[in-house]
Amino acid sequence: MPTIISIKKLSKTYASGLHALRNIDLDIRRGEIFALLGPNGAGKTTLISTICGIVRPSAGSVSVDGHDIVADYRAARSMIGLVPQELTTDAFESVWATVSFSRGLFGKSPNPAHIEKVLRDLSLWDKKDQRIRTLSGGMKRRLLIAKALSHEPRVLFLDEPTAGVDVNLRRDMWQLVRVLRDSGVTIILTTHYIEEAEEMADRVGVISNGEIILVENKAELMHKLGKKKLSLLLKQPLHHVPPALAGYQLKLSDDGNELIYTYDTQGERTGIVRLLDDLNQAGIRFKDLRTSESSLEDIFVNLVRDRQ
Amino acid sequence: MNLHAILAIYRFEMARTWRTVVQSIVSPVISTSLYFVVFGSAIGSRISEIDGISYGAFIVPGLVMLSLLTQSISNASFGIYFPKFTGTIYELLSAPVSYVEIVVSYVGAAASKSIILGLIILLTSSLFVPLRIEHPLWMILFLILTAVTFSLFGFIIGIWADNFEKLQVVPMLIITPLTFLGGSFYSVNMLPPFWRTVTLFNPVVYLISGFRWSFYGKADVAIGISLAVTALFLAIFLAIVAWMFKTGYRLKN
Repeated sequence: MPTIISIKKLSKTYASGLHALRNIDLDIRRGEIFALLGPNGAGKTTLISTICGIVRPSAGSVSVDGHDIVADYRAARSMIGLVPQELTTDAFESVWATVSFSRGLFGKSPNPAHIEKVLRDLSLWDKKDQRIRTLSGGMKRRLLIAKALSHEPRVLFLDEPTAGVDVNLRRDMWQLVRVLRDSGVTIILTTHYIEEAEEMADRVGVISNGEIILVENKAELMHKLGKKKLSLLLKQPLHHVPPALAGYQLKLSDDGNELIYTYDTQGERTGIVRLLDDLNQAGIRFKDLRTSESSLEDIFVNLVRDRQ
Repeated sequence: MNLHAILAIYRFEMARTWRTVVQSIVSPVISTSLYFVVFGSAIGSRISEIDGISYGAFIVPGLVMLSLLTQSISNASFGIYFPKFTGTIYELLSAPVSYVEIVVSYVGAAASKSIILGLIILLTSSLFVPLRIEHPLWMILFLILTAVTFSLFGFIIGIWADNFEKLQVVPMLIITPLTFLGGSFYSVNMLPPFWRTVTLFNPVVYLISGFRWSFYGKADVAIGISLAVTALFLAIFLAIVAWMFKTGYRLKN
């Protein structure tokens, strides 16, 4: 897939001396859903704000579809829609007025049919004449998405889009994001919900301490860094793991009823067959077994911990 | 030029005026009417004429200028400060809009509001005193120039302010006293020589004097100087706004 956003050697140092971004190189591919993960203060929002023109970069360059965000800011910004993390709205405006305002601000002529479609897609049509202050938190979140979509952007930034949103609405939003992606919109989302990235992203980037420490296709990432666990439910509880099985680095549950074996999915041999043989020879019987895979959250936590 | 953006911001700002019509228009009109009642009756009964103009008519340009200055500053400062306060400024900063377009739209809206208000006050005044305007084009020019200049000043205050108190400080503690002491209700020539010289350091004197000249053809200072001082203000405020946007002062990190 061709690149739509190209970030080269981007750095941002605030007046306070805080290095929010350090020498970031990153390419976002056209039409993908890219999830940017990172702990609080890692630089996610600064990175998005810099690309969108809200924060001035200290060094480096960013181009959006070939348009430099500084030299050719009009063309670059007109392609971008931004949904901020905070629920920042004009409380006294009506839904229709604020979405129409956003479209005009981005240089587009009025198009009531498009505004209507956006509001209907986001289940806000029946609220179009209501003042924003009367909307619930979830509705305000959808309104911010409507504003960002009002000028038909080709790139959509979603900064923590489902923070504080209930489960049903979250799933509706995921569906909406997929529909947008299918229509050709490139989506970059930051999230604390690993489940969200796992559910939606095509690629995942991890940022920590202002540096991109990993960019990987989500499936490959889980395949590469993912570990599997084999849990054996024992017939008789054990007090300790027999010395003969020490090489497997087994973990025994607190109640002694479960043995857990962790293995690398990338390894040529998982060692499961040999383990089962050795267990048999040691006279340890089990009544059930199950396997589980690392979640993206496990991978993310390990990556950031290793980095620190 | 992003004309759609300029129109969007302009309409958005003007819409707030109609939403808050009591605060934006009715309240200043009532205040001005009260000035006429208090100053016109109390002082006007003791000062029949100044420079051959009835006292009630003499104070009209000063009253219009008082509202024009305070409302231009207040409208423009609030217009840009409120998005900063609510956080919606992110949308403006991330939009394909140039700094010139931002200033034109916000300052244009603020100036429009205060010009409308100034004209309403003039109409209100005509209910109390007989008005004559000897130089209507100059009157319109001064009205527009002053409204734009002080809307720019308000825009600067709105960017500088980081709380509502600061937003009020300059109009309340600087502009209003300067306007009162700048010949709104008296002729500078009525003052003793020392205070007259001191008053000439008050820049608002030149604005009021020029504006009054457009009504009655009489001024405390030469019309050319009044125009030059207004233009000087405009140039200074434009330079400050340009610097603010160039450096991102209190707008961009």
